[in-house]
Amino acid sequence: MEPLERYRPIIDDFKAFLGACERPLPSAVRINTITASTERALAMLEADDVAYEQAEWNPRVLRLETASPGSTWTSFHGVTHGQEEVSAVPPVVLDPQPGERVWDCCGAPGGKATQIAARMDDRGTVVANDSNLGRLSALRFNAERLGATSLAVTNHDARNYSMKPFSFDEFDRALVDAPCSCEGTIRKNPDALEDWSPDHIASVSGIQKGILRRAIQTTREGGTVVYSTCTFAPEENEAVVQHAIENEPCRVVDFDLDLKYAPGLTAWEDETFDSTLERAARIYPHHNDTGGFFVAKLEVTA
Amino acid sequence: MGDGPDGDDIAEIGETDIAGDSDGLEQNDGQRFDRLPETPAERTVEGRVSREEVLEYFADRFDIPPETFDDHTFWEKGAGKIWIYAGEAPTPLAIEAIGMTCLRTRQEHWKPTTDFVQRFGTHASDCVIELEGPEARRFVAGEDQEIDRWDGDWGYLIATHEIGSDVAPMGVGLYVHGELRSMVPKGRQRDLP
Ligand SMILES: C[S@@+](CC[C@H](N)C(=O)[O-])C[C@H]1O[C@@H](n2cnc3c(N)ncnc32)[C@H](O)[C@@H]1O
Repeated sequence: MEPLERYRPIIDDFKAFLGACERPLPSAVRINTITASTERALAMLEADDVAYEQAEWNPRVLRLETASPGSTWTSFHGVTHGQEEVSAVPPVVLDPQPGERVWDCCGAPGGKATQIAARMDDRGTVVANDSNLGRLSALRFNAERLGATSLAVTNHDARNYSMKPFSFDEFDRALVDAPCSCEGTIRKNPDALEDWSPDHIASVSGIQKGILRRAIQTTREGGTVVYSTCTFAPEENEAVVQHAIENEPCRVVDFDLDLKYAPGLTAWEDETFDSTLERAARIYPHHNDTGGFFVAKLEVTA
Repeated sequence: MGDGPDGDDIAEIGETDIAGDSDGLEQNDGQRFDRLPETPAERTVEGRVSREEVLEYFADRFDIPPETFDDHTFWEKGAGKIWIYAGEAPTPLAIEAIGMTCLRTRQEHWKPTTDFVQRFGTHASDCVIELEGPEARRFVAGEDQEIDRWDGDWGYLIATHEIGSDVAPMGVGLYVHGELRSMVPKGRQRDLP
């Protein structure tokens, strides 16, 4: 927990924050509306005697009262998918529409890519990319299990992504669910902080900047780019978005999200960020009893 | 013979460029996705099925209405492996995957995939066998079982079960000699209570 000490000045109720980080995470699933409506999914869970609680902010996110959410009929049918509650936030903020072209730059193992496809009624094109071939095979397995027929899967470094394979040259929306130092997954993964170092944060922050830049470049004017991480480090969050607004035609915009969260930071150590970064969301574990997350929504302006 | 597109050019291009057979058809390239031709007459690759034949198969065998697939295209990658896709893409296409594998052709009896059946099987009304509780559990565990009440066609059937007062398709079973063999692949099998 020591690396988290540096966040004491920016987190309200730091004690509650640390307390939440030490508790294990409740198990959550997302209803895959590609294969069943929410009502149908709930009827199947009831028939299977699996007790559930719907998240207030999103009725398709359920907390299940079972130790093994994978050993259920709904999971076998591809009607539910094990996915951390906050991990369902970025696709909601992205708000993709049926028929659109959407790029998920860092897509494996596919929880969010399949959620994007579901929100589009599985109509349109969702390009799910990842630089890691091994993780892509998990993505492909999940996509087929969940019946996401609108997915196209590519294997490239997102920083110099080429649009060549496709019949179109820009996307309507892009999600950058970036590789990060994963501080916010501490509840799921108690050794998440083991490799923590300022050097690691600095190097991963460089990768994040490169991926976000490319996502903005490949998105059409007026299109949307969502940047998210599962970490608290401002170097990987506000600083990356700040870099994007300084170097690419885009601005940070507001979004509605029915969860408790803190606004993005406008200053960290000796750095200051644009005041629009307050429009980003910092979701801390003690806010909603979830993992930690950062989300910012950008509009592409040229 | 000789009615393939650009049939006359093939001799000039030479066999290193196009591996043609005696009908002037190309061989399947297993490394990329090729969109299926609309009809058998438009075929340019040997042994490749057409969209029309795929829709006919789903309609004849399972009574799935062809309109079910109005928003989807069909592709081949790997000999006989057919993929169903809802997005945009040019053909040919060399990327990791599109949509999902739905059907195995280039063999005597075509075989739909488990994932396809779970996604589209609710549209089927023929060659559908409904399993009872313990039968359904054996099926998803990957077991073969005797089922003597079936008096329909032999071959690949869609297996369903009732859950939450509606039926849900589980996957494909091969029915022969009074036995239903579960075709649920290892990675999708479950032991359910
Ligand atoms: C946080 S995970 C993505 C999780 C995924 N969005 C989901 O919801 O299932 C970050 C991913 O970024 C990938 N990645 C790392 N560097 C990359 C790069 N330069 N280009 C593309 N993907 C990259 C990693 O392999 C990893 O799978």
